[in-house]
Amino acid sequence: MSTSAIPTAVGPAKVLPRGRYRTSDLLRSEWTKIRSLRSTTWTLGVTVLLGIGISALATAETRAHWSSTQVSSFDPTATSLIGLFFGQLTIGVLGVLVMSGEYGSGTIRATFAAASRRPLVLLAKTLVFGVVALVVAEVVAFSSFLLGQALLSAPAFHATLSSPGALRAVAGGGLYLCLIGLFALGLATIIRHTAGSISAFLGILLLGPVVIRALPTSLANETEMFMPDHIGAAVVSLHMGQETLPPWIGLLVLFGYAVVLLVIGGVLLVRRDA
Amino acid sequence: MIEAKGLTKHYGSKLAVDQLSFSVRPGVVTGFLGPNGSGKSTTMRMIMGLDAPNAGDVTVNGRHYHDLPWPLHEVGALLEAKAIHPGRSARAHLRMLAEANRIPIRRIDEVLGIVGLSAVAGQRAGKFSLGMSQRLGIAATLLGDPEVMLFDEPVNGLDPDGIRWVRNLLKGLAREGRTVFVSSHLMSEMALTADEVVIIGRGRLIAQIPIDELLAQSSQRYVRVRSPEIMRLKAALEHAGAKTVLDEDGSLSVRGADEIAIGELAASIPVVLHELAPQSASLEEAFMELTEDSIEYHGELTTGSVVSREAAR
Repeated sequence: MSTSAIPTAVGPAKVLPRGRYRTSDLLRSEWTKIRSLRSTTWTLGVTVLLGIGISALATAETRAHWSSTQVSSFDPTATSLIGLFFGQLTIGVLGVLVMSGEYGSGTIRATFAAASRRPLVLLAKTLVFGVVALVVAEVVAFSSFLLGQALLSAPAFHATLSSPGALRAVAGGGLYLCLIGLFALGLATIIRHTAGSISAFLGILLLGPVVIRALPTSLANETEMFMPDHIGAAVVSLHMGQETLPPWIGLLVLFGYAVVLLVIGGVLLVRRDA
Repeated sequence: MIEAKGLTKHYGSKLAVDQLSFSVRPGVVTGFLGPNGSGKSTTMRMIMGLDAPNAGDVTVNGRHYHDLPWPLHEVGALLEAKAIHPGRSARAHLRMLAEANRIPIRRIDEVLGIVGLSAVAGQRAGKFSLGMSQRLGIAATLLGDPEVMLFDEPVNGLDPDGIRWVRNLLKGLAREGRTVFVSSHLMSEMALTADEVVIIGRGRLIAQIPIDELLAQSSQRYVRVRSPEIMRLKAALEHAGAKTVLDEDGSLSVRGADEIAIGELAASIPVVLHELAPQSASLEEAFMELTEDSIEYHGELTTGSVVSREAAR
């Protein structure tokens, strides 16, 4: 092999930035990723419309049939937050797409080529999506509540943010929505495929309760309270049921689910080939 | 500089790369050749730290990819052209890469200009043709102005103009002193682009060799002979141990004897010669010869056919 007169350096030595790429660099990158896709705008737009729209519809419907409403058990706060449970479907889909979209398109290899410390990539992705989801979720929750209460004119009674437990229900409802999104992100990090991840997400959220109700009653009662939908219902409702987790405990449990899924996903991310 | 030592990768029971060792040095274009499915892409992914080898080691500029503090400033790679989210614009794709490695944002428009995508920078990549996607992939490779560059089948989907452009780009990058490693299953393309080739088959190294030597060493070297008494000469040559094939046009292809020996033999018979022309086999033939035993998915290989008269360069 001849190694004759061949230059071996690129002009003057290349100047690299100091240190090493950091999470803050990856946060910027993930922020560009999430806002450069139309699917983000669409899923978040639908989340807002569906969340607020269905809340308002349901509240207006209740008001219209006020005479047949069980006044003693009527919860104006929970009624006005019904839409959150529709919004969780679309925010979950976005949570899935944020990760599975990279695998589906192959962008994940460009991502990991730029940043080979994969747990940091997942951290940045989780933070960026988490903050976006939280902001949108709180917008939905507060808008739904305020709009709903305005619709509940006399003789129906309504709540205000200063009513006991109302602020907790509204802010907690938004947090619930955000955690559902992170839960979906965790699932997608493990599963990687869009269709599979969305199926798993919807399966757990919608079919999980059905499966549990098929269990023997005592067992069903004990496990049902740990299901995401049950936790969400407990968070937005002012009347504490018997077989439910206290709202903040419930949110903590849901946060735990998301963390466990994301950590498993992170470990797999490191172990698996991209 | 890229150095692979004993690189091995299996997927389940299938061995994709088998104790592969080679080195890619700066300043030249190094071709990475092998039939489809021979482990080229897997090897490139291992260089990039995307796939973990089961055994062996590969370093870029003396370091493992994972240990590079600013990967895109040091290594650029075009792995698959379509590895871009179809919903994202070319500019946004480059931007998210630039930000991850603190590459100045103005560099994005520079590289878009170099690859000729400035006019469509804001369009969604899903609308791009394969050729445009290749160009975007090349833009991403150039983004960090890295010293080491990998290109996996960069001319796929390009028109002849695009192919010539890539060829010149690769040569230019090498001339600047960069390490350029480019895979292809097309020997003829490599003949025009690469200075040196790493040839693999079934994941194993077959040869690492300068292109010129590959041609020179090939046993496919032959001499074309024309003579009014060609059959007499043919018999004499075969008697002397050379192998001959009579072509349809009446010329004789001789292997196992060089032009001097043939000329002397002809003079001793004597037989008049009308042509005595040493030929180098095309690179394609040299490649076929080297990889014949290692092609993963055999088609019907035609053997004993007439050797092509045209050298690839």
